[in-house]
Formats: sequence, C-alpha cells, structure tokens
Amino acid sequence: MIAIIDYGVGNLFSLQSSLKYIGQEARVTADRSEIEAANRIILPGVGAFADAADKLRESGMADIVIQQAKAGKPLMGICLGMQLLFEKSYEYGEHEGLGLIKGSIVPIKDVVPEGYKIPHIGWNALKFKGEKDPLFKYTKEGDHVYFVHSFYGADCDDSTIAVTEYSATLTAAVRNGSVYGCQFHPEKSGNVGLDILRAFCEI
Amino acid sequence: MITKRIIPCLDVKDGRVVKGTKFKDLNDVSSPVELAKFYTQAGADELVFYDITASSDGRKLFTEILTETASNVFIPLTVGGGISTIEDFDRVLKCGADKVSVNSGAIRNPSIIGEAAKLYGDQCVVLSADISLIDGVYRVFAKGGRENTGMEAIEWIRRCVDMGAGEVVVNSIDTDGVKKGFDIPLLKKVCEAVSVPVIASGGAGCIDDFIELFTEIPEIDAGLAASIFHFREVEISDLKAAMAKAGIPAR
Repeated sequence: MIAIIDYGVGNLFSLQSSLKYIGQEARVTADRSEIEAANRIILPGVGAFADAADKLRESGMADIVIQQAKAGKPLMGICLGMQLLFEKSYEYGEHEGLGLIKGSIVPIKDVVPEGYKIPHIGWNALKFKGEKDPLFKYTKEGDHVYFVHSFYGADCDDSTIAVTEYSATLTAAVRNGSVYGCQFHPEKSGNVGLDILRAFCEI
Repeated sequence: MITKRIIPCLDVKDGRVVKGTKFKDLNDVSSPVELAKFYTQAGADELVFYDITASSDGRKLFTEILTETASNVFIPLTVGGGISTIEDFDRVLKCGADKVSVNSGAIRNPSIIGEAAKLYGDQCVVLSADISLIDGVYRVFAKGGRENTGMEAIEWIRRCVDMGAGEVVVNSIDTDGVKKGFDIPLLKKVCEAVSVPVIASGGAGCIDDFIELFTEIPEIDAGLAASIFHFREVEISDLKAAMAKAGIPAR
C-alpha cells in the first residue's frame, strides 16, 4: 500500500486515480500507523512553500515523513512535495524544508531571460543526468512530462537524476538514497508519467 | 523547450458530447470518456471539457462524467461552462479538473478571478474571452458570444491577468466556424499584452492553420479546436507529425 500524505494541501484525486490505474492500492492518509504500515510514501503538494511547510509541521506529518525516509522507506515528493524535501526555499522569504535533499528552492525568473513566461508550464523533455536511475526504467531520454512551477531546485547537483531545458537548465528529478523528488507531475504526464510511477512502485 | 500544446475541446450536454462525431471505431461515439481516452492516446496535450447544460440534473451528469474521465485519463483537464462562483471551482476541482476556465462569470463578477487564484493558485484559473472586432475595436462578448459587453478586449484580458488569471483562451468570434485559420492579428495583440500562456481558439480548418499559427506567433502556447477533431478532418497524430516536420516543438 502507498500512503499519500494528507496535510490539507492540494487536490489528490488524479494522483490517487493514477496509482489505482496502474494497479496500486493508495490511501490518502494522515494516520501514523497507516503511514508506518505503508511500503511507500508519496508527498504531494501544490501552492506556496511556506504555507505547505507550516501545515506539514503542524499536522505532525513532517516528523513522520523524515523518520520513515531515514528508515529507508521509498518516498517520492511531487512538485511542491519535491521542493519540501529540500533544505530551504527562497519563495517569498526564507523557509526551512525537510532537509532530505541537499540544496535550495529558488525562483526560475532569476535564471531565464526577461520576458520568459513564468510559471514554467506545459510539456517539456527529460534529460537524464549521470547513470540512468531505476526510476526511469521505463522512460526514454527526451520523453515529455508535464510541469507547472515558478521555483526550482538549485545547488542539488549530487542528487539530480534528470533535468529539463527552459532557456536555463532546471532540475526535473532528484534522488538521495530512497528519497525521490519529481518537479513535474507524473500523474498528469500521460503514459510516460504512469511508467515513472510504476517504476517507483518497483523500487 | 516547452512544446506547443494541441487541445481538443469537448462540449458536453447532459453527460454526452454534442456536435456530431465520426468516431466509427469507438463503441460509444458521444461518450466523453471514450473520446477523451482516444484523444489522449492520439497525442492530445490537454483536454477541455465544456459544460453546456443549464439544468442541475445535467450538471450532476457532467460532474460524474468528469470524475470518470479523470480516473482514466492522465493529462491536464480544463473545465469550463457555467463557472460563476468559488463553489463551482470547488465542485469541478474535486472531480479531477486541473484548471477551471471562467468567461461570462468573470464578466458578471471579475473578483472571482482573484478569489480563485488566491485559493487554488494562478495556474488553476483560466480566463476565456469571446472577442469580435467591431468598428476597428476588439470587444468582449458575453453569453456565448451573443452579447457585446462594450469592454475593450485587450484591456479586459490584461486586467484579468493582473487579478490572477494564469492562462488566457482567446476565442475569436470572427474566425470561429469559418475554418480559414486562426485570428492571427487578434492573437498577436494578446500575446504582446500579457506574459501568461495564450491559447488560440476559433478558425482552425486544417493542419496548415496550426502551422501558420505557431509560425506567425512564436509566443503562442497552444491551439484549441473542437469539430475538426471530432469530425476527424484533422487527426491529432498527423498534426503532431506535421508540427515536428515544420520545426515546431511538439510532444
């Protein structure tokens, strides 16, 4: 069973549906024993970093996620959920993340030419970094996935397993041990996205 | 590089796709779920579901259809039609929509845009505007293009983007249904005025019309059409291949 962490952020319908579609049992939950019993964890999220980080801590979910990740349980953060895994974010101020991935979240607008559209929204190609990660077992370099974000993960070279080009090179996916993060939305990326979720379920 | 998006639009009435379709190979030609699956496999980048029912029974059927689609189709879904309140946003987002488009609802009550953007994020709020050139001025029309609001269109779009609309669908009344190509002059003006994604709608009759759109206006993000896809006058897979051949970034 996959635990989708429920901390009052975002719409989890598609995520749950996509996991069900690939034959996985997924539960949206904030129950400690249920999360502990799960064999994988997904940390979703949309919206603002600070608000989500607060909710994650206030709900007690932050501690559980950190503890489970440190125990080696496969964890995947998606979109803002990926950003929350980082050490800190500079989205409207400076905010602390979970610190499971080394690096920080910074604005895209600082690295793209003026007039470039922000958010980076739409389908963009994946470029693998280093040896192809098992997460991309069923994925080809150049496959397109769906992004919606205005900030991106920086200073995370050691953890970066895929990037995408948007005038600048943006972090698309990260990994530190069994902790994974995807900036894009696998649950909205058609068959390519479903294959990435499938591969995560086999890790 | 971000690819240019191709977006089929499905008008749904009482839970069925209206506008005749020529999908002989589908079991149920007017099932929104079947059509959505077909388009997704053909390479559609996004789908728009437009609810054209007025009754509450029809609305209930629409949300059921939306839920079923979102359980089986995993590309971005935009929902429009009859959206006037935050409750409307909430209702369709809970059924699996990713974005919600407002048109007449925003004309009646512009503050809905800011309220929705604050609650769900800019990326979730799509402004849809029906526009016609009247005596040399682009005007915004309400009620499905039947009523001239008198508002200047570019100013209206800019105002809505300032309030939080994260994307704009520009429906040209003048080119809609004519099938002689998109309204390039109007779309160019909108692209110059705003920095959020702009989606062209109205006028596509063949593959070349999309090629012209993306070539003439490199800033445009997407092309939307309905009947040419439903009638299979343009196959999305052929369109995608033609785009790639023309050097237009396509998925």
